[in-house]
Amino acid sequence: MLARIFIKPKKGILDPQGKAVSGALGRLGFNSIKDVRVGKYIEITLDEKDMDSARDDVQKMCETLLVNKVIEEYTFDIVEK
Amino acid sequence: MSKIKAGVVVFPGTNCDRDTHYALKLSGFDVDYVWYEKKTLKGYQLIIIPGGFSYGDYLRAGALARFSPVMDALKQYIDNRGLVLGICNGFQILLEARLLPGAMLKNNTLKFICKDVYIKVERNDTPFTFLYKRGDIIKLPIAHAEGNYYATKQVLDTVEEHNQIVFRYVDKSGNPTIEANPNGSINNIAGICSLDGNILAMMPHPERASEPILGSDDGKKIFLSIKKALG
Repeated sequence: MLARIFIKPKKGILDPQGKAVSGALGRLGFNSIKDVRVGKYIEITLDEKDMDSARDDVQKMCETLLVNKVIEEYTFDIVEK
Repeated sequence: MSKIKAGVVVFPGTNCDRDTHYALKLSGFDVDYVWYEKKTLKGYQLIIIPGGFSYGDYLRAGALARFSPVMDALKQYIDNRGLVLGICNGFQILLEARLLPGAMLKNNTLKFICKDVYIKVERNDTPFTFLYKRGDIIKLPIAHAEGNYYATKQVLDTVEEHNQIVFRYVDKSGNPTIEANPNGSINNIAGICSLDGNILAMMPHPERASEPILGSDDGKKIFLSIKKALG
């Protein structure tokens, strides 16, 4: 199975990277941009057949290491590989 | 009188260990390097987590170092009321380990900043700062890309209320202005301590300002304070 984890700065947290990217896109002429947030994408290949235990594991990984919940939030999905 | 035993933790990627070792020795400590795989910190009276890029700052600065064997030993050491000083990456590691509240964001300038800054000593009733006078303005170098201290309003209120802020970025006259804040840290925070005052974490580098030939010895009093507190 493949876990796909999306991590982004929490709402309201200053995201200097997003701001810089937004500025650069604006300078390139993309005038429709309202906001840019830059996060992380992590793929984890799991040797696991049971979807529920895969979900449990990935959630634990996020909570203990992959995400700092003071400043970040996350979502993930798991697909058959 | 026997010397006070200090340990400087070394992770893969730490790069301020030698400077810190030197500054401690200069201040009269008996100093060891402590490898990150060490499982006990028995016998030490001071542990310093120095600056650098532990584990290459992968994932988030300090995030991977937090799960090293020495960090379990550190928790035990803290429970026994041992003194801990985290400098720069050491601050980031202590935050990731939840030993202090808050988190570090990238500098609001998006740049790695390496320069001298002025900070104000807000508390001189800690073992790390009591040789300073309250309100002293000292000049120390910073060198970081992720030193933009952040905490939720609720946490920040508690930190302020419990008087946990030890250093703030200020201008030459001691005002915590936006211009004097190099990285966007909330409330100009440059250093905080634990509730019991036994853990101090700071972004500026006192070890790089510990003798006049380095341009400033404003940081030396931190090491001398600790020595006096423990002596």
